[in-house]
Amino acid sequence: MNKLILGRYFPGDSWLHRLDPRSKLIAGVAFIFIIFLADSLQAFALLWVFTLFVMRLSGVGFRTYVRGVRPLIWLILFATLMQMLFRTGGATFVDWGPITISEYGIINGFYVFCRFVLIIFFSTVVTLTTKPIDLTDGIGSLLRPLRKLKVPVDELALMLSISLRFIPNLMDETQRIMDAQRARGTQFGEGSLIQQMKTLVPIFLPLFASSLNRAEDMANAMEVRGYQSGTKRSTFRQLSWKRIDTASLFIMVVLAGVLLVVRTI
Amino acid sequence: MVQQLEVENLTFQHDQRLNSKTLSNVSFTVQKGEWLAIIGHNGSGKSTLAQLLVGLLVPENGQISADGLIMTEDTKWEIRRKIGLVFQNPENQFIGSTVQDDVAFGLENLNMSYNEMKIRVDEALEMVNMTRFRFHEPTNLSGGQMQRVAIAGALALKPSILLLDEAFVMLDPLSRKDLLETLENLKITEDLTIISITHDVNETAVSDRVLVMESGEVVNSGSPEEIFLAEQAIDPPFAEQLRRDLMAKGRSVPETYMTEREMLGWLCK
Ligand SMILES: Nc1ncnc2c1ncn2[C@@H]1O[C@H](COP(=O)(O)OP(=O)(O)O)[C@@H](O)[C@H]1O
Ligand SMILES: [Mg+2]
Repeated sequence: MNKLILGRYFPGDSWLHRLDPRSKLIAGVAFIFIIFLADSLQAFALLWVFTLFVMRLSGVGFRTYVRGVRPLIWLILFATLMQMLFRTGGATFVDWGPITISEYGIINGFYVFCRFVLIIFFSTVVTLTTKPIDLTDGIGSLLRPLRKLKVPVDELALMLSISLRFIPNLMDETQRIMDAQRARGTQFGEGSLIQQMKTLVPIFLPLFASSLNRAEDMANAMEVRGYQSGTKRSTFRQLSWKRIDTASLFIMVVLAGVLLVVRTI
Repeated sequence: MVQQLEVENLTFQHDQRLNSKTLSNVSFTVQKGEWLAIIGHNGSGKSTLAQLLVGLLVPENGQISADGLIMTEDTKWEIRRKIGLVFQNPENQFIGSTVQDDVAFGLENLNMSYNEMKIRVDEALEMVNMTRFRFHEPTNLSGGQMQRVAIAGALALKPSILLLDEAFVMLDPLSRKDLLETLENLKITEDLTIISITHDVNETAVSDRVLVMESGEVVNSGSPEEIFLAEQAIDPPFAEQLRRDLMAKGRSVPETYMTEREMLGWLCK
């Protein structure tokens, strides 16, 4: 649980922490597109310099980011290997029928590896420097135009924010139930897979039951304070777009421009 | 006197398989600016009554009216705007992500402007003495602090009736005393009507009138003095306990209920 870095927030007051969540979200999404503009070693070098610089700005240690990549490392290596083994072109070093290791294969494998790692690093920067609740607000605000298509954006954003608020409670409760079951002699993480699955049932059932009770209490509390879905609500948490947000998006545009220029067509 | 809340013959049953009603024929009225305490053992139906009063449950029989407005499916939102309910469990009614967000939740529902919300939130937090904690997340708060936030959330909406369902149980004695004073002030300055469901004698003692509930029925009502005298089963305030103990020892003590100060005066004579 503690190993998951993507989606975690590291409190701090860096320049990045102070950006509006919307500009960070836009930059994060834009980065994924920008990365596909890169098709040369120089372009990737530029992206690495840029990303490492941004990571540095976040004030979070490099090792934390590496830990963020770790859960996905097998997927990344698999994709890289696929490129290396099956791509042909340029000088061929090894040729075993369908499996070939070629110059293009190696280069493309490297690109794929870089793309994955860069995207993870960059998204991690966004989530590490933005409170989950601010991310929710940002997403809600960016998706607001979808309301015209009858998508209940505000309701979804509220739902997400309430879920976030109750995650710690749920974790505590899981811990408590696990302790209670342990006291009754259950041993977690032992035995065959089936046996391990079986020990989870007495955790999930009480957890589920108590979550239902909690949900009912919450719904009552919300209703009593006048919450009606579908009605217009104002928001107390205000997002404020500052000049620095425009500036950061401008930097992303410049990055995209440079990559377009150095693109070899 | 204005009847602010009228409850007539309220009957309700949670579990249809049982023969006994959760509430049967509960009737009472509350006047504007009055402080009514409702006491009774666990399971006597106090929380159920509170939920009926704000229309979260629908009675089998009987009628509730607030300011002359009869509770129906159509009027319940309007009535909820008059009655602020603070629930027993402070954790599950904490909806916002921080203290100030939670206090603002009800205001957001009214689609209030940010500036107005800010004023109301500041005021409410000040009233419950939680301004220092405004940016705290619920995980970092004690039960008592969460209860104070819940009370602030209700007060921010400026209800004309404040309904407290054992809302003080997790408070430390000092904040409890502070909050009771704050509420007594609001009762005078804003003509706030207070209905407090409680086990606490001090909370009962500051009320104007007490209802005693037992197995879903109102079995007694009267001034706190009368109730403390009549209901020997309820732990009385310290002064009354002392008076009874002295009486049991054969001392000649006054026959009437005394406040702590009166008791002190009498003892020092
Ligand atoms: N949601 C519910 N479903 C079924 N029975 C309930 C429910 N809530 C309360 N009860 C029952 O109704 C009775 C009154 O409960 P309650 O109103 O919570 O009493 P009090 O608040 O005075 O302790 C109790 O016997 C309780 O078990
Ligand atoms: Mg109760």
